[in-house]
Amino acid sequence: MKSLYLLIPISIIFVSIALWVFFWAVKSGQYDDLDSEAERILFDQDEEPEQQGSSQNGRKDDSGELL
Amino acid sequence: MTIQSCYHCGLEVPPDNDFALVIDGVRRAMCCPGCAAVASTIMQNGLQRFYQFRSAPSGKIYPDSIENSSDNPFADWDLDEIQQSYVSETNQGIKTLRLAIDNISCAACTWLIEKHLGKLPGVVRVAINGTTHRGELSWQPQSIHLSQILMALRQIGYDPRPINSSSNLSPSVNERRDLLLRLGVAGLAMMQTGMVAIALYAGSFQGMAPEWQTVLRLVSALFVTPVVLYSAQPFFRGAWRSIKTGHMVMDLPVALAVGLAYCASIWATFADVFSDSILLAGGGEVYFDSIAMLIFFLLLGRFAEQSIREKNLRLLDRGTLLPPVALQVFPGQSPAVAEKRVPIATLAVDDFIRVDAGRVIPCDGIIEQGRSQISEAVLSGESRPVDKQTGDSVYAGTVNGANPLLIKVTAVGEATSLSAILQLAERAAAEKPPWAMLADRLAAMFVAALLVIAALVASYWWLHEPARMLWVTLSVLVVTCPCALSLATPTALTVATTLLRRQGFLIHRGHVLEALPAINRVIFDKTGTLTEGDLKLSAIQRSEAADQRSGEISNQRLIGWAAALEQGSEHAIARAFQQQLPRGFILPAVEQQTFFTGCGVSAVIDKQQFFLGNLAWVCEQAAIPRHCVCSGVRAQQHKHCIEVALACTGLIKKDPRDEQQETGEARKSWLALFYFADQLRASALEAVEQLRQRGLKVSLLSGDRSPTAADIVAPLELRDCQFGLLPQQKLDVVRHLQTTKNNMPGEKILMVGDGINDVPVLQGADISVAMGRASDLSRIHADATLLGTDLTMLPRAIEIAAKTRRVIEQNIGWAIGYNLVALPLAAAGYVAPWAAAIGMSASSLLVLLNALRLSRQDSGDAQPLIERPYEAHYEQPVMKSSS
Repeated sequence: MKSLYLLIPISIIFVSIALWVFFWAVKSGQYDDLDSEAERILFDQDEEPEQQGSSQNGRKDDSGELL
Repeated sequence: MTIQSCYHCGLEVPPDNDFALVIDGVRRAMCCPGCAAVASTIMQNGLQRFYQFRSAPSGKIYPDSIENSSDNPFADWDLDEIQQSYVSETNQGIKTLRLAIDNISCAACTWLIEKHLGKLPGVVRVAINGTTHRGELSWQPQSIHLSQILMALRQIGYDPRPINSSSNLSPSVNERRDLLLRLGVAGLAMMQTGMVAIALYAGSFQGMAPEWQTVLRLVSALFVTPVVLYSAQPFFRGAWRSIKTGHMVMDLPVALAVGLAYCASIWATFADVFSDSILLAGGGEVYFDSIAMLIFFLLLGRFAEQSIREKNLRLLDRGTLLPPVALQVFPGQSPAVAEKRVPIATLAVDDFIRVDAGRVIPCDGIIEQGRSQISEAVLSGESRPVDKQTGDSVYAGTVNGANPLLIKVTAVGEATSLSAILQLAERAAAEKPPWAMLADRLAAMFVAALLVIAALVASYWWLHEPARMLWVTLSVLVVTCPCALSLATPTALTVATTLLRRQGFLIHRGHVLEALPAINRVIFDKTGTLTEGDLKLSAIQRSEAADQRSGEISNQRLIGWAAALEQGSEHAIARAFQQQLPRGFILPAVEQQTFFTGCGVSAVIDKQQFFLGNLAWVCEQAAIPRHCVCSGVRAQQHKHCIEVALACTGLIKKDPRDEQQETGEARKSWLALFYFADQLRASALEAVEQLRQRGLKVSLLSGDRSPTAADIVAPLELRDCQFGLLPQQKLDVVRHLQTTKNNMPGEKILMVGDGINDVPVLQGADISVAMGRASDLSRIHADATLLGTDLTMLPRAIEIAAKTRRVIEQNIGWAIGYNLVALPLAAAGYVAPWAAAIGMSASSLLVLLNALRLSRQDSGDAQPLIERPYEAHYEQPVMKSSS
């Protein structure tokens, strides 16, 4: 049980760090836009294959037909 | 034939027109040249994946905003004087501007904008916020003009509006961040204390060394202290305000409970530490975990409520009314310096300005020179333009329809009549009858009852067992903590607000849902509210000559001629003609087009002279005897209509027998009479009927003076109509109805309006609803906004509000019932802290679930206005191409 004397202070330090990071993130505006940031990563995902050639386009059409 | 929807904006493609484009090898239908132009720009820039990513159709593009691309509409923004108050510049010469952007509908839009603008040479940085629809733009002025960037944005279908740099972050952003920080602190602390609390609860069952109990309680105290001092601040502040003003709100019992529970827990903790030195030995309980949880959930509710309200407001935000620049004229100067574009802020009284046709007049003034038709829709809601000539006054915000005007400035900024109406509105708001919220009325009773009971319990234990008095009294106060009670109202209101929002009824002020069921009179404005607010072609009377050649002269051809004659005019009638034509209809070419203000227009089409305008003028111009034009029938049938005549010279010449006449004088003939009227909204009749069925009185207050006004609303059979009222008079009528007379309580009034002239009365009514197309100012000052045109949404909103009220009552009933059961147990000293915590959480959860029930009801029959296109057009999964 004595280990708690070490573990509790460590957990307090971790919580403080988490709080500090949270304050920094909110104040630098990272939580201002909760809608588009989550999807942004999906948009740029296949940037490279897109530019390789026109063969991609054929497959794109298929996805279009499903609409 | 199946109905196709536009690939870009999702609207229906008119059957006989198609501006299809081939995108990724597939032919895509487009509804208009505007959408086609935007789509092809997106294609040319290799950004076609936008169409796969987006989760909502894009905003409708109006062709005229694209077509005149040779004349950059943003050219004014290149002027240094204008940029001064909008643009900041770094030492390296990089300029930065903040923008509000219209038409952003989903996250893919932000991607598209950032990609497209990022490719322009000279653009340093683009960052768009998809939630607030705002963005920041940095560029190097030596390599690109600001106007070019803004134009590029418009070419892909978004409308930018620069934001004044002096207004720092909008207050809502700061408020939101502030609340989020408090919420985060409470959340983290809740998790930590929850963890520790499990150990403590386990300890109270299994036994635990007092040493460890004290340590764990100290740890909890450490985590909860910032929650009480920082996160709970809004509740303490609200409580303090309510004590000062003597107006009880729910914050007071919350603050009381949190404060007392915290103090008692701290006392219990430290009483253990210094057990020998303090008069009260240990034995008290700690409630740290309950405090953190209560505050976290209350803040979460507030955060959700604020987000919804912000979203609602953002849907309406259309930015400023007035243009940034005016064309100042310096009479008597040499022509080279006689005119200069200046920011409107620098204009002063007695300056001269020129306002071209189609431009917004930036200040109040008197016409020095010129004659034109001015649309004062922004002030009166009346779309029909007013004739003005030299010596007449014009007002800021109104639109010059026909000819350039030289105007002498009489008032700028705060002094304009626009501002005067706003001041009237502010006064009305200050005198608005306060609506006592149910929860707040309860709070007053609750606090009183709580204090009385606590006092009784304390005195009982003081007499019988003084040592336990403090702890038992505290546990009574904590157990009766109004957790469920304080959640009862906001949860139901949040759910109902979201539900209404989905159906196109946006609520901006908290009292609307509670006050709606209590309304007993609904007052409508006429123009733009009960009626569509626009002139529509309601009938065509063809001449005999036209009838004889009906094969050749179709109605559409007649309208085509009329539309061609009116080409370039901003007049409401010109728009009405345009609307009648199928999109993409090619107008005949016109020559020698001349507008005669207040009379009509003449022009040459296909070598024939045409006249379009009021009957007397057309008859005179075309030298047609008045009696030839049939008029007997029309007076009766179309007496509330505006009449426009079309005539031409020498049209009927193809008949060989007429050849001879033709050589002499060109044959003149009238072709048709067009009748225009403002029309009742399709839903008006049903909405009024439904409101009556609910036992509500319905009346009409209109600013319209014209004798036709009463005819238009006649089908509604309103008994209580008043016409020709000024804004102040409308307000007086409402005030009069609201006052108590003969011991009868005053009426509770719901006002529906749209024009700026309605703003004061909207402020004065108990609840005000603005139409979605209303002027910005009236929407800002209204309590709610009705998107779309379906007036039956009003009775439906009242219905939902009534349901919400029932749910709130159930919730409050449950919360109070729970407290009543727990109270005697706590008073007898039987409630352990863990039992109190579980009871509290369970009853809060029940309240929440009961509120969620609202959103399941009647979501089937009502058509959601906003969310629906999102679902219908959800594109196939983004991951497709990587599979």
